[in-house]
Amino acid sequence: MSGFLAVLAAIPITLLVTVGAFIVGFILALGLVLMRRSKHRWLSFPARAFIDLARGIPPIVWLFFLFFGLSMGAIKLDALQAGILGLGVVSSGYLAEIFRGGLLAVHRGQYEAGEALGLSAWTRYSKIIAPQAFKAMLPAMATYFIGLVKDSSIASVIGVKEMVFTANQYARQDAETGIYTFFLAAVIYIAVSIPFAVVARRMESKLQESGAR
Amino acid sequence: MNTFEFWGDNFPQMLAGMGVSLQLTLGALVMGIPLGLLLALGVSSKLRLLRWVCLALVEVGRGAPALVVLYVVYYGLPVLKLSPEAMTCAYIGLTYTTCAYTSEYIRGGLKSVSPGSIEAAHALAMPGLDVLRFIIIPQGLRVAIPSLMGFAIQIFQATSLTYSITVREVTAVSYSVASQTFRALEIFTLAGIMYAIITIPASWLTNKVEQRLTLRH
Repeated sequence: MSGFLAVLAAIPITLLVTVGAFIVGFILALGLVLMRRSKHRWLSFPARAFIDLARGIPPIVWLFFLFFGLSMGAIKLDALQAGILGLGVVSSGYLAEIFRGGLLAVHRGQYEAGEALGLSAWTRYSKIIAPQAFKAMLPAMATYFIGLVKDSSIASVIGVKEMVFTANQYARQDAETGIYTFFLAAVIYIAVSIPFAVVARRMESKLQESGAR
Repeated sequence: MNTFEFWGDNFPQMLAGMGVSLQLTLGALVMGIPLGLLLALGVSSKLRLLRWVCLALVEVGRGAPALVVLYVVYYGLPVLKLSPEAMTCAYIGLTYTTCAYTSEYIRGGLKSVSPGSIEAAHALAMPGLDVLRFIIIPQGLRVAIPSLMGFAIQIFQATSLTYSITVREVTAVSYSVASQTFRALEIFTLAGIMYAIITIPASWLTNKVEQRLTLRH
């Protein structure tokens, strides 16, 4: 019973890691996507390499690298900071690709029209391109966010006291009862993702109906 | 000892660890994809009970983090008076995650098969099972190939999670090297390079295959 309560009490930490990593990832991704789209190779190449590495190295390795690797150097990060930063780095890679897709979805004419009207680059992007691109990439961003809720469990390996870390503490003491704390954690994760799955399935069948007509 | 000598000294055991990671990836895919196909067929079934059971299996497998699935298997099987090795638990957990995710990609592929070709097969009086075997599955799986390749890259990365249930894959090896030598920065850099050398070209290949397949259709 105390295990159940402890897992429930750890929900805010899971949310903190998820939201924190999403914000870090979002900000980094904005910079990355602008660099990635640049005509200058010395800007686009490093952005591309960073995106590939962020997505190609498992989150757990990023977390170990930041938490154990850097902590022996000059910068000291605690587990929570390293968890948020590490998952933020991974997210930045995925989000940058989502942003890029969104920007590509905006018709070229929109860019050209903005230029023809003599609008500044800032106005063009903030008032014309970004709102349309945002709409196009919203589903992908929502999907990524839900995935990130689940990935936040990886922060448990460096000792961030979120749900899985807490469940694991109880399971180590007594597997007989500890297993139920994991079930509770699993139920909570599934409860978060089920509404999204239901919406996705509805949209799919709606699209099919309209396609059949 | 400079970084390269340090890497050289530890490279054999890191490589052995990478072998375990690749073995787990291959096992999860070889067992998980056929199960994913079965789940996809189950979810599309007309039998209500079968459909609901398969749907529940898929949504639980996709909704629960792979790490939680691994822990449930690792701590859960001993409660059932079974005591498999960590490696077996890793295969079971990763296979379950694989079949849940791949079933959705495969289902998407199967749905994309044109009704015309299915009707044609029926018109030729082909038995139902043959329609599935020779018409729907081959065409549907083809469409699913790029997403399955993308998933293979994800599950390869997910094998790093089995570190937490004591499997000696490459992340676990780097962790123990780091705790013995206190050279965490260097060893995790090497681990990162070793993963990236596989995942980055693999994702290029996935993009190539995706372009090829969309061009043909």
